[in-house]
Order: sequence, then structure tokens, then C-alpha cells
Amino acid sequence: MADTLHALTALGHAAPETVEIGPYRITERFDVALASIASRKGRDKDVEKAAKAENLPLPGPAAAAEGATWASFWVAPQMWIVEAPFASHEDIVSHLKPAFGDAASITEQTDAWVRFDLAAPDLVPLMERLCNVDFSKAAAGFASRVVVEHTSCYLIKRGQGEVTLYGPRSSARSLLHALETAATSLL
Amino acid sequence: MSQSNRIAGGQIDRSQTFRFTFDGVPYQGHPGDTLASALLANGVRLMGRSFKYHRPRGPLSAGSEEPNALVHLRSGARQEPNTRATVAELFDGLTATSQNAWPSVKFDALAINDRFNSFFTAGFYYKTFMWPAAFWEKVYEPIIRRAAGLGSLTRQEDPDEYDKGFLHCDLLVIGAGPAGLSAALTAGRAGARVILADEDFRMGGRLNMETLTIGDAAGADWAAGVVAELASLPNVRLMPRTTIIGAFDHGIYGAVERVSDHLATPAAGKPRQTLWRIYSSRAILAAGAIERPIAFENNDRPGIMMAGSLRAYANRWGVAVGDRVAIFTNNEDGLRTATDLRAKGVDVIAVIDARTDGTLLPGIRHLKGAEVIDSSGRLALKTITIRKADGKTETVRATALGVTGGWNPNVNMTSHHRARPVWDEGLQSFIPGDGGPPGLIVAGAAAGHMSTHGALATGQAQAIAALELLGMKAKADTLPKAEDAPISITPKWYVTGGKGRSWIDPQNDVTVKDVKLAHKENFSSVEHLKRYTTLGMATDQGKTGNVIGLAVMAGLTGQTIPETGTTIYRPPYTPVAMGTLAGRSRGKDFKPFRLTPSHKWAEEQGAVFVEVGMWLRAQWFPRPGETHWRQSVDREVLATRKSVGICDVTTLGKIDIQGTDAGAFLDRVYANTFSTLAVGKCRYGLMLREDGMVFDDGTTARMGEAEYVMTTTTANAVTVFRHLEYCRQVLWPDMDVQLISTTEAWAQFSVAGPNARKLLEKIVDQDISDDAFPYMGAGEITIGGTRGRLFRISFSGELAYEIAVPTRYGDALIRRLMEAGQEFDAIVYGTEALGVMRVEKGHVAGNELNGQSTALNMGLGKMVSKKKDSIGMVLSQREGMVDPNGYRIVGVKPVDPKGQLTAGSHFLEIGAEPVMANDGGWLTSKSTRRIWAAISP
Repeated sequence: MADTLHALTALGHAAPETVEIGPYRITERFDVALASIASRKGRDKDVEKAAKAENLPLPGPAAAAEGATWASFWVAPQMWIVEAPFASHEDIVSHLKPAFGDAASITEQTDAWVRFDLAAPDLVPLMERLCNVDFSKAAAGFASRVVVEHTSCYLIKRGQGEVTLYGPRSSARSLLHALETAATSLL
Repeated sequence: MSQSNRIAGGQIDRSQTFRFTFDGVPYQGHPGDTLASALLANGVRLMGRSFKYHRPRGPLSAGSEEPNALVHLRSGARQEPNTRATVAELFDGLTATSQNAWPSVKFDALAINDRFNSFFTAGFYYKTFMWPAAFWEKVYEPIIRRAAGLGSLTRQEDPDEYDKGFLHCDLLVIGAGPAGLSAALTAGRAGARVILADEDFRMGGRLNMETLTIGDAAGADWAAGVVAELASLPNVRLMPRTTIIGAFDHGIYGAVERVSDHLATPAAGKPRQTLWRIYSSRAILAAGAIERPIAFENNDRPGIMMAGSLRAYANRWGVAVGDRVAIFTNNEDGLRTATDLRAKGVDVIAVIDARTDGTLLPGIRHLKGAEVIDSSGRLALKTITIRKADGKTETVRATALGVTGGWNPNVNMTSHHRARPVWDEGLQSFIPGDGGPPGLIVAGAAAGHMSTHGALATGQAQAIAALELLGMKAKADTLPKAEDAPISITPKWYVTGGKGRSWIDPQNDVTVKDVKLAHKENFSSVEHLKRYTTLGMATDQGKTGNVIGLAVMAGLTGQTIPETGTTIYRPPYTPVAMGTLAGRSRGKDFKPFRLTPSHKWAEEQGAVFVEVGMWLRAQWFPRPGETHWRQSVDREVLATRKSVGICDVTTLGKIDIQGTDAGAFLDRVYANTFSTLAVGKCRYGLMLREDGMVFDDGTTARMGEAEYVMTTTTANAVTVFRHLEYCRQVLWPDMDVQLISTTEAWAQFSVAGPNARKLLEKIVDQDISDDAFPYMGAGEITIGGTRGRLFRISFSGELAYEIAVPTRYGDALIRRLMEAGQEFDAIVYGTEALGVMRVEKGHVAGNELNGQSTALNMGLGKMVSKKKDSIGMVLSQREGMVDPNGYRIVGVKPVDPKGQLTAGSHFLEIGAEPVMANDGGWLTSKSTRRIWAAISP
């Protein structure tokens, strides 16, 4: 049996879903590989140097940053989640290890999360109903841990009408339901 | 006779007519009406019955402080009890019914209580119904509950949806009267992010109810103009129909927005109400003031209401509550009511003024130094009896009486952090004291500035002050000219001399007599007074009656009112529906679900699921012909024992632990040693709490020199992770350890049974023979080229493995395993079979690791290494915890195989008395195959 295993999205389908509710578009993303990078004790400078060499941005607290291949967002002191295209970086740790060596602890996180990208001309009304982030005041590139309907998520504000929400993969359906319900209530 | 009491003017839309019913009788009203104003316009003064005596009641007020006019609003599943008719916005098709009355509000059988009122004084239930004791719960309480009370529940599920949300602002302005509008305008023009919230559907506060002018405009028009300007400012958010219900920590306020309450039913998908959490940098309380009555005998009849409310019904809603109206006042505001009503063409028969000084109203019978001492009218007011300055009494016909004993600044919100208001002698009222919620300042009448000018000026000044603290500069625009009359009030709390009852708190039927009784029985402290008499309880929380109650008590004790003290207000400001607090968290949406990677496949197999925390796990997999779960579970166990069984164990917590100190870290958090574990091996670990009790268990594998993967129980996945983070960040910050949860990242399946290896060999690309992959081995593998992990561990007593792949491949893996397992009759087993097998193996789980168990109790004492220090090691060695005769986990098998024991059963010698001394331990877990794990001493 040499067949490779088929993959299912967090919502349990072969292909990611897109839901449109009025002006709101909710898109499941299945094409992003994730890993956590945490500096080992006293190795901050080595991590910084390695990241620079990889063109991998490591933003400060409450921020996300994008590079050519790599993007990342801050999750804790000296700890980030990095994003890369899944097609080319499925085994994301194997891509990162050579660059960071033993300066950082790196853990695959790709399937720990479901990613929903939210889009609308103005996401403020929706975000007001989802989490306690002061969305209209937050700058593009803002990233924060938030709670959406009892579900712990990471929110990245890409723009006034563009948000990435990472939630626990096992709760993907519940999280989508919460997003759909909030969007519907705004119609 | 439609709207017989409707008069000219008001802010209602007469071009449209709404039809509604009250107690089944059809009436008409207009947009802009409340239920109370529309009923009063139709000549309906009787709207309910009182709590205890079932006295006829009509509205006392025109606002949210209303204690009397409580109704069931709507019908069927949407029926809501205790709705204040004074704030229920009229809509076409509205239905309402009176409550606490049988068979009808006009003829209420329980009005007999009023005849026996001497038996129902304050605290009567503390003194009566005492014997026999057994009667209290079964007899007395049900009777009292049926006889007393407010509205009733339908016991049907609420069909509406409720939302919640989060808002942020520089300045939250609570109340859109003159002070609030002035504050919002000042801050809004300065560019601050402002939220202006008001419980009313029309902003303007008292300006909508008065004939006062601001500048050259009528007050209501000025308010409308300001609201229009605020609406045009992008930095200002107007929130009508929104009640700020509480001041919480760090500038956070709770708000209930009645999104759809003014509609017959919410639009599809729309919430009925939204509970907002407002994060404010600063807040201004501009909640105005609430008028209070003067108590006199039989002052609770429908038609007797606050003078300011009588004026409001005329000015805002174009309603004359009665055709012959009298005013009873101790302050200048009462005269304003008389003047306004007369200007509206209402027959003002007399102003009974308790004051002896001041000027007389021209053209109105103005009785100085007089009091109203009684009233009559079975279902509504017919006459009032006046005692004039010379002591002579006179009874006159009146259909409405406006009473005013002064105005209480609405200090409610300032008390939410336990600050007590302070007494203002000039106002004869409490005003906000120091120590209110940080960041909250007060303006206008709520702060004791009772004139319109005072409201405008303080609203502006407080907005400037609030913004200055935020580093923003606001401009003090020239204020428009407005009324600035001084306060003229002579304290008058209740009328003395009569023998009847004078109501202080009409909602709870608390009278002056009740306060006197409380004093007589030494319940003189304000807190005792409240609880003994129920003064200030229930839906209105004493907004109109509290101060009078205190004043009566002060008179009895010989103390001043401030010496007597006051109870303080707590959130919520007005009642909040339980549904609003629950929001979307109800029914199947009560909490999010977590689905395992094999969920879809398990659904296809008809699995029966069980909620384990938030996880939905397959409990067993019924097959055709199986009629009882035991059959399914027994089959799953036997098949696993005989050949091979598969179970989704993804729910077990998985924590990635890396760093040069990872091994040393694990040595400290586990009772046994992990730093010596070889790479590519795993080990069972036992984790203790600080107090030495067992916390959690699981296997941890060493995947690299500085890399471990810890497995926790499903139940403790989060708590163990939190514990490790605490250890890492707080206890040993110098250790080089990094943690992250990977529970969700990997789909993991247990493959157990004699044919487990044979099955896995068919799908795993690498050699996993006993030599290549020995017991307790751990390593990376591939399955048809897909990355995976394999652990050779067993909790069921058989040859067993756990195989993991990235979660997206979990569905494919279970299908691949089942396909490959066909030749071995492989089955998938659920949590019940898992439980059976672990009990048979003697492996402890949640039932045993219940926080009261030591490692020794569990037969795992030797796992606690004394060669190193670890959390809980020292305390696990306490005398009582190493008792050689202490509890031990043992296996138990009934002598009689037909015997039934349930978990929790205690063991006794046959014939022994069931007392603790004879306790032989208890059954902790029961398996379906009649072997139990138990603890015995």
C-alpha cells in the first residue's frame, strides 16, 4: 500500500469552503503550513540572525509581518508562529531546522489550526460581535490572541476589510457557525 | 371610545395608528407611545395587581423606575413577565396581559389578602408557618408562592436569539438628557470617540417631557437638533434603546441594546437584544433624577402617580391621565406640572402644597400648608381627602393625582463599586459620593445639578475634564440660554395622623407601618430594614421608595437620614432577561464542539457519541442486530483481545517540550525520571500536585536530544499545559524549555491486540518488527509516504501501538487501517470498550485519579523517585500518605457473577453495620465484564 493518504480540511471536506453572507466572505484556507519558533535561552540574537538570512520576519508583540515566502505573527515573548505555502513547505520543520539549528525550538503547527480569512468592505461591525479587539483602532498588521464564542483564536488584521482568524482545528465547525451567525445578524 | 384621554401635542406620530390588546381588549395607539401611555390614552388606569395584597395598581411613573405597571408582554413562547408598561415601546399588534391576578385584574380573588392585611405585615412569614416544621416546604411555601409574586413563566423555550458584542470608546456618556447631550456634543465636536447610550427609544431625556426652552427652541427640538448633529459625526455612536446595566472593572460597562423589542418579532437572523461590553477610557453618568412620592393613606390607587410623570404623559405623549387632576407637592416642581397641565386644557382642581411659604399659582386653587391624607376608589382613583392648613379636611372628586416629594439624583451606577452616596441637605437627597467606579464622573441632575442650565453646563464641563485626562482638548462652546431655577423644597416624606396604610414601596407592598414594625422589632439598620420588609427589592430595586423608607426610619430612630445610612445599588440597573446574558450559548450552541479526525468516518459507521469535555468521542459502534450497548461494547473488547481493535485517541493532550533543559524540566514535573530516557523511547510518567496527590499520568516520548512529546489525559490536557507553563515561566524561568500544544496537530489512533503489528506492517513503510521497533519504542515513520509517528505503548494489556499522522490525514488513516485490517477482522472500539480494557488491565483513569489519590494508593508508589526533587515528592511522603495500611487499588470480581455493583458502592462484610468504621473501600470503576477496580483499606 504505497498510496499516499488523502487529506481533509478542518471542516471535513476534500476542498476548502467559502461562505458568503451579505457583504461578508468567510474563506477556509487549507494551503498554509504553520510552525512555532521559540528562541532557546540566550539564543535570541542567533534566531534574529537566522531569520534575517531566511527573509523570515519576526515582528514584535501584537504584530504580524509578511515576507516573500514566510510570514509570521508574535504569540509570546520570543515565540512566533510562522506561515509558509503548504504546497512547497508541507514538512515545514524540515525547512526551518537547517536555518535555525539548535538556536530555536521549532514545532509543526499546520494541522493544529483551522484558518478562516474574513473579508468585507468594512469588517468593524462583524468584529465587534466576535471579539473584544478594538478593531477600528488597530493598525493593519495587528495580531492578538482573542476569544470567539468560547474558542481561543489568533486574529491578524491584514486591513480594515481583511482578517485572518486561526482557531482550534477540532472546533472548526463550531467556529464557522459562530462566524456565520454573527454575519447573518448584521444583514 | 378610542383614546378618550388623548389630548393635543406630544411626540407621537398621529398619522399612523397601531392596534394592540390588553387583557384581550383591543385598543389603539400611535408610534412613539409606550404601552402605558397608550393605555392611559384609552382611559385604562388599572394595569395590574400588587405583590402581596393584590391591590389594584396603575403606573406610578413614566420611566424605567416603574414599580407598578408590570405586565406580561406578548404571548406564547415570546411572553415575557414583569415588563414595565412605562418603557414597553408600542408596536402594531402588541398583546399584553395583566399579571398576578385571577380570574381578572378587575376582579382578583386574592384581593382578599388585602382584607387580612394585618396578618401579612413585614416578616409575617418569619413568624407564622413555623409549625410543624415539615409543613414549610410541602405546604406553606407552595401556597405563599402561588399567592404572591409577579409575572409567570411560560415554561416554553424562548424562540428569540440574543447577541453579544464589544465596543470601545474614549468617552461613554450614560444618558441622553440635557447633560448627556451636552457632554456628547462637547466631546464629539472635539473628535473623541464617543458612545452615547440611552434606555429610551427617543433621546432627549426630560427635554422630551417638558415645555422648557433651550435658546430659542423648545427643549425637545433642541435635543433633536443635537442628536442630528451627533449622528452626523463619524466619531460618535448613538445607542438609543440601550441601557447601561452596570459599571465593572477597568472602565468596562455592560449595556443591553433592545434591538428588536419594538417590533412584533425580530427579523430573521436578527437578535432580540444585544449584550454589549463597552470598554471606555472615561465615562460620564448623566442619568438624571428620579422623582419620589410622598406617602399618605391609600396612596397606591391607579390614577395616583408622580407629578412629573403626569406632566410627561401630557407633554410627550399627549395624554391626560384624568379629567380632574390634583397635585400634591412639597417642592416647586409640582407647580410646573400644574401649569403645564392647565396649559394643555386639563382641569387642575387643586394644588395641595405642603409648603407654607412661596408665591401662589395664579388662577389655580393652590392650598398652602395642606396635605392629601387619603383617597378612595375601588379600581382607580375617585376622590382624595385633603387636610388644609387650618386642620379642616375636605374630600374632592379627582381622577388623577400627581404627587411629588422631590427628585433623587440617579446615583445608581456610582454605587456599583460599593461607593456610598452622600446626603445633600439643600436637595434633601443623596448625591454621588467619593469612591465611585474609577474613570466615571457625574453630570447634570445625577450629580445634583437640577436645572436645565446646570445640566448643560456640567455636561460640557465634565466632558472637557474627561477629555483633558485623555490628553485631548475640547472647546467650551457658548451654552444656549436655559432655565436655571433654584431648588425650593420642604422635606415631606409621609403624612402622619392616619390609621391606614401608606405605601412606600408599592412593588413589594411595603408601607410606613411595616417600617415602624421593623423598628419596633429592632431591625433598624438599613440592611436589616431592607431584608425584613423587602423594601427596595424586586424589579425596581427601590428607585422611588428607598429614600422615603430611610426617612421614615430616621424619624423613628431620631437620627438624621445620613446617619441612618443607605443601602447601595448593584448591577444590573434594570432587569435583564436571562436569554440576554446567555447570548448565543444555548442548546447545542451552549459551547463549541471538538471533533476528532475520525468523526466523519465514525458518523458513517453510526457511532454513538459521548461528550467528553468539549470533544465528541465515539462511545461504541453498534452493528446490525445489536440491540443493547453492552452487546456492542462486549464485541469490541473481545475482538480487540482476540485480534485487533482501533481507537481514536487524538483527544489525549499532546505537548511538545523542547530545549536543552527539557529532560531536567520533566524530571521536576514528573515523579519519575525522564532525563535518562533514550531517544526513540517512551515512558509512562506520573505527575503529582504540590500536595503530593496524583495530578495526571501519560506517556512521554523522547523524539530527539532536546525534544520530548508528552501525552496527558484528555480531561487534563489544558490543565497540565497550564501547569507546565506556570512551572516554566514562574518556578524555573532560568531553564531552557519551550512548550507548545500539539493536541490538535496530530491524529492519533491506538491499534491494540495480538494482530496489531501485522496490521500496521501492511501500512507502515518501515520495518516495525519487534527487533526494529521494541516495546516502548517511539519514532517517525511514513504511511504510503505520508509523514507519521509510531509509539509502541499499551493501555489495554495487549500488544499495542499508537500511530499518528498530521490531522488532515486522520480520516484517510482510519479508512486505511480498517481496509488493511479486514483480513484480521479488525474493529474500531469506542470509549466504553477502552474503559473496560483499561479496568481489566488495572490501569487507573479519571475515576481513580480524582484528586484524593496518592501514587501509593494507586499501586504506583515506586514511581515516585526519591533520588531527585520533583513537584509533590516531598509532600507525598507525609505520614498519612505512606501509611502501609492505607487504601490500595485492587481488582474485584463478584463471587456471584449475576451480582450487580455500581461505581461508588462501598464494601461491607456480610451482616456488618453500614458505618464508616466497617467501610471496606469502594468501587471506583466498573467494567462491563464484571471486573472492577476498587480501593480497599
